[in-house]
Amino acid sequence: MTAVVQQVGTTVARVRTGWRTKAKPGQLLTHLSLLILVLIWTAPTAGLLISSFRSKDQLAVSGWWTALAVAVTQEGTRLPTADSSIAETGLFVIRGRLPGTDMGTKIRSYGLNARDLTAAAPGESLSMQDGGSITVEADGSFEWSADRPFTHTRGPRLFYVVERSPRFTIDNYIEVLTTSGLGRSFINSFAVTIPATFIPILVAAFAAYALAWMRFPFRNLIVVTVIGLLVVPLQMSLIPLLSLYNDIAHAFGAADGKTYLGVWLAHTAFGLPLAIYLLRNYMLGLPREIMEAARIDGASHFQIFTKIVLPLSFPALASFLIFQFLWVWNDLLVAMVFLGNQETKLVLTGKLASLLGTRGNNWEVLTAGAFVTIVVPLTVFFALQRYFVRGLLAGSVK
Amino acid sequence: MSRPEYYAIENLGGAMLEQFAGAIVAVILAIVGCLGYFWGTNWLLETMLAGRRANADAETARRDRLGEQIRPWLFLLPALLFLSTYLVYPAIETLRLSFFDRSGSGFVGLANYTWLLADGDFRASIINNLLWLIIVPTLSTAFGLIIAVLADRVWWGDLAKSLIFMPMAISFVGASVIWRFVYDYRGAGEQQIGLLNAIVTAFGLPPQTWISIPVWNSILLMVILVWIQTGFAMVILSAALRGIPQETLEAARIDGANGWQMFYLIMVPQIKGTIAVVWTTITIVVLKVFDIIFAMTNGQWDTEVLANLMFKWMFVNVDYGRGSAIAVIIMLAVLPIMVWNVRRAKTEGEMQ
Repeated sequence: MTAVVQQVGTTVARVRTGWRTKAKPGQLLTHLSLLILVLIWTAPTAGLLISSFRSKDQLAVSGWWTALAVAVTQEGTRLPTADSSIAETGLFVIRGRLPGTDMGTKIRSYGLNARDLTAAAPGESLSMQDGGSITVEADGSFEWSADRPFTHTRGPRLFYVVERSPRFTIDNYIEVLTTSGLGRSFINSFAVTIPATFIPILVAAFAAYALAWMRFPFRNLIVVTVIGLLVVPLQMSLIPLLSLYNDIAHAFGAADGKTYLGVWLAHTAFGLPLAIYLLRNYMLGLPREIMEAARIDGASHFQIFTKIVLPLSFPALASFLIFQFLWVWNDLLVAMVFLGNQETKLVLTGKLASLLGTRGNNWEVLTAGAFVTIVVPLTVFFALQRYFVRGLLAGSVK
Repeated sequence: MSRPEYYAIENLGGAMLEQFAGAIVAVILAIVGCLGYFWGTNWLLETMLAGRRANADAETARRDRLGEQIRPWLFLLPALLFLSTYLVYPAIETLRLSFFDRSGSGFVGLANYTWLLADGDFRASIINNLLWLIIVPTLSTAFGLIIAVLADRVWWGDLAKSLIFMPMAISFVGASVIWRFVYDYRGAGEQQIGLLNAIVTAFGLPPQTWISIPVWNSILLMVILVWIQTGFAMVILSAALRGIPQETLEAARIDGANGWQMFYLIMVPQIKGTIAVVWTTITIVVLKVFDIIFAMTNGQWDTEVLANLMFKWMFVNVDYGRGSAIAVIIMLAVLPIMVWNVRRAKTEGEMQ
């Protein structure tokens, strides 16, 4: 991307200077509109990322945009019954900690009635109907003491306002990677993606070279077919291939045809039209003179391909590798059809889709899970954006 | 860390090693296999041809020609095998199956298609797909173009483009989770944790269960795809804008065109062709869209589309005839674009 963008920069700089001198307010409007668009485009992902690091209870009660603000909530509880009281020198005491309070929280005020939350500040005491008085400290610990033994069998209510300072944790990630089984899917995704990315490349490169530089009958027909196959929907392939896989599996005595090999081959085939198209376009652009010189020197097509064309085609090969990697990693349909819905075989996309179905409201699981599934493609994407953009341009504008 | 967790991670480690090893071995085997094939056949061809080099020149020439005739097919063979097994044969077979019953054994003529026309889900899918086809390519292309133009005029344009391009790397399922979170609903009195309902309630309106309100829910699902595809449109259109000759822009400016006129009267007509390419490419993505609907609603609340309906008939109802018929309908919708692509390739001198 950067290289492409730099080119854009230099070309556009010349155009731009004229505009800038003319319209200052217009320029401000440009900045503002683009800023708003960028915010709209990034806010959803930012929300997911921030939320995935928030603790479960914070995530469920406040929006991610408040993650850095101090959260103030009103809560209520029942105090313990007489059973939990202990006798101390002349006094009877019930001690404890209000639920939902810990090191990161601060009690702002409390009261015995939901309508009177500010009856007492932390450290101050309130007298109780069941006898004695209670003192709640800022950290949430309370002490209820009386000079007579407690007799109440039903704990009285206490209401309090609690401040929570922002807190971030990786607990959500630990949970999804272990107990939710996302770790397993992460590995499955790699097991599917690596071979399915590398297998098509050699097959496509040889075919692309033949279609670009060799002369033989039906060549144009094959090129046209490949261009046509570029847009054929996957849906046209699924049912017959599923039957075929099952037939082969039955012939070998297996229950069904859902194997890694099957997914690799399917992804290889589905990626081939684009691979051949991209590589052929690129190879056609290589200088004819180099190849003719090599031919005159007695090199065979095979030598020309392996010694000259393949090394020169590195950028196109890289573009395709990124495409195929992203496509396979992000695919849901092919993996579901050819690898199945079995828990142990689910890839990340399938796992995430099933989590969305079964734990649709557990956002601490979903946000962390979603980020685990997108972190690898995002890394690949940002690291190799240049090749990705180049491939996009070669694949679409011709 | 508690013990069960610890064991879970340890087991994971074992499984990880095993599967990684499997994947790496597969890659090595595949590459060795490919190289073996290409080198092996090449070697065979060379030795067969070299064996009789002592013969007359005419004979050598004939054999060289023969080699030249065989070699392209050796290069092409693996690719052709893959393409015919996984794409050409299944496409023909799907067409055939669409005229057969659920198990693919009894011929039923056009029954699957007549059934489709009467089926409520199918009609709803067609209408939804049409909505998707109108809205998603239009909005993606429009936003892509606007952002491409804007980003070229500010110093932080690179960063802006990169950020808007980013969703291209995110899976449809991942994007679905991201947006489901935006559309999340909490009861009227509670704090909204979904961005959309937070905005709505900030304006004093009641929060909505967006995902289950027909038409709105379809549009909100389309937003996800627009969000993903705009980056694609932006990159392609930005490159096309760069290709507009300087002189054209210069001349327009001297003639006193303002920013808007430059955009509408000069830039857009110059990149018409590219806009059409972007539009059709996104159209194809839309026709095949499956993951988003599958993950978000699975077709509930009137959000059904063809690709998800096809999946249901294939996997849930296991009716290969009807599933195939739906696949054929999707194919028919793609067909005009396919023809247009092939024609364009031909006229632009793809064929030497």
